[in-house]
Amino acid sequence: MGAPVIQLQGVTRVYAAGENRVQALRGIDLEVAAGEMVAIMGASGSGKSTLMHILGCLDRPTSGRYLLHGQDVSRLAPDQLAYIRNREIGFVFQSFNLIGNMTAWENVALPLIYAGVSRREMQARSLTALRQVGLEGREHHLPTQLSGGQQQRVAIARALVNEPAIILADEPTGALDTRTSVEVMAIFQRLHRERGLTVVIVTHEPDIAAYCRRLVRLRDGLIVADEVVEQPRQAEKELAALPAGEGKE
Amino acid sequence: MNLRAALAVAWRGLLANKMRSLLTMLGIIIGVAAVIVMISIGQGATAQVTERIARMGSNLLLVRPGTGFGAVRGAAGTVNTLTLDDATAIASLPLVQNVAPEINQQVTAAAGSQTWTTTVKGTSASYPEIRNLPVAAGSFFTAEDVAQAALVAVLGPTVEANLFPNGTSAVGQTITLNNLRFTVIGVLAPQGSGMGGADQDDMVYIPVTTAQRRFTGRHNVQVINVQARDAESLNTVQDEVAALLRLRHHLSPQQADDFTIQNMTAIMETVADTTKTMTLLLASVAAVSLLVGGIGIMNIMLVSVTERTREIGIRMAVGATSGAILTQFLIEALVLSLAGGVIGMLAGLTGSRLVSVLAGWPAVIAPASILLAIGFSAMVGIFFGYYPARKAATANPIEALRYE
Repeated sequence: MGAPVIQLQGVTRVYAAGENRVQALRGIDLEVAAGEMVAIMGASGSGKSTLMHILGCLDRPTSGRYLLHGQDVSRLAPDQLAYIRNREIGFVFQSFNLIGNMTAWENVALPLIYAGVSRREMQARSLTALRQVGLEGREHHLPTQLSGGQQQRVAIARALVNEPAIILADEPTGALDTRTSVEVMAIFQRLHRERGLTVVIVTHEPDIAAYCRRLVRLRDGLIVADEVVEQPRQAEKELAALPAGEGKE
Repeated sequence: MNLRAALAVAWRGLLANKMRSLLTMLGIIIGVAAVIVMISIGQGATAQVTERIARMGSNLLLVRPGTGFGAVRGAAGTVNTLTLDDATAIASLPLVQNVAPEINQQVTAAAGSQTWTTTVKGTSASYPEIRNLPVAAGSFFTAEDVAQAALVAVLGPTVEANLFPNGTSAVGQTITLNNLRFTVIGVLAPQGSGMGGADQDDMVYIPVTTAQRRFTGRHNVQVINVQARDAESLNTVQDEVAALLRLRHHLSPQQADDFTIQNMTAIMETVADTTKTMTLLLASVAAVSLLVGGIGIMNIMLVSVTERTREIGIRMAVGATSGAILTQFLIEALVLSLAGGVIGMLAGLTGSRLVSVLAGWPAVIAPASILLAIGFSAMVGIFFGYYPARKAATANPIEALRYE
């Protein structure tokens, strides 16, 4: 495990909701080293979504510091945050969030558009990313022509394409059936193992958290547990054992 | 995000909703087409008027007997206040270049077995010069012919065609006008219809003296064409002619003129001005439809921004700055309005060609009106696209991602 990629120091987030002040995060200290695969768990209202938004540079902490690769990003202007999101962060969402009228490879290439990459390179890099998630041959399919599992794999390819420091997955299997969920987790585990990717998965499902080596539990805006998972589940082995479901996609 | 990528994204967005895009563009299409057609109609009409000015002859005054424009037709036979001597006197004014009196009379022309009812115009040798009438064959009669009241005639092409239908040249032939024998010495080039639609080619030109002696039997003339030396002296000449005629007709200061001077250039300028005003009016009505088209674009862009809130969130999450989102939607509005502008321009060009063919006008397509229409539609796109684009760009990415 390398130097910390993520360092949160006393991070709070307060929402002003009319007269009320909602304290979503009450002081989070968290370090994630390069190449870790971490699950952040918590019930709804625990602040895990807020934490995810701050980790993903979609939001800024009310107080405290967020160092990404040692750079304090907690006080950056919106355009600088957009730059960080573009270069350092790959998002995977529960509902895939693909753009409906764009083909698979165009969806994957989306971050590259904003990185000022030439079209030729965009194509080459998104095809590589699609190959890494096992979707070669589907480059020109529209999201509606793909199954849920395939769509999420396109989204993972999109998260990978800019070679970010971290992949942030927000309930990545929330909209998938069991077998497809295992398949998606297998991809995360393989990328983590083979490419040393740092993966942070936010989930409320213990089954999914069990695929990660480290488990961080949130409750009421505070970290209540930060433990090592001794025997993480191995998605690929489980897949081999599972009866063939919808078949190899 | 480079411009090409932004254009590609915008283009795709428009293709995704073809019907809606087309309907949105329709306002701009109609607006631009209307502006171009209106300007083209206006300029065609102006060009036609200008052409007629040139054809009638420049720096021209028409002196007629009687008072007032309306009185002329009725007065031609009854008011006999202008004479050949008046014309001669006017010719001696220093600023006058040429003078040509006119006597018009209905006659029956015949050659061999062919007869044709036409108008004989008695005038002087300078008439073709004043009225810009090119001679197609032979020559016009000379001052000598006028002095001798020679029995020579110059035919308009319509008359030649009717009297000599087998295509032989009329020059050198003999024709009769009301049974009087004339030698044809020339044929004029075709002129087409003049102001008021009369066929100027259906005319036989003979010396004014001949017309007076052989047809009308009087010394009066119906019109005196006066050509000033240049445009600047036209008004001076008009005043001098009026003063001269009042003197010659012994009119006391209390009496009204017994003649009317028409300044053809002034009349044409008035007509041209009116046409210009009408054009402006029509074009501004057309411009209003451009404005309405712009509002249509704003409406659809607002709908589009709302519909694509989630897309905006996704784009922001993967690194689009608000500037990039603004650019994208602005370019989308611009593509919409410019595409409408180009289609409208094509429709406008087709329309104005059609109108010019139907109206027999010269097809005037001003490049300026095309630039204007395109520029205006681009402006409409930017102006009405800015607010929706701004709305998209200021979206909160977290909320946009949650948007259902």
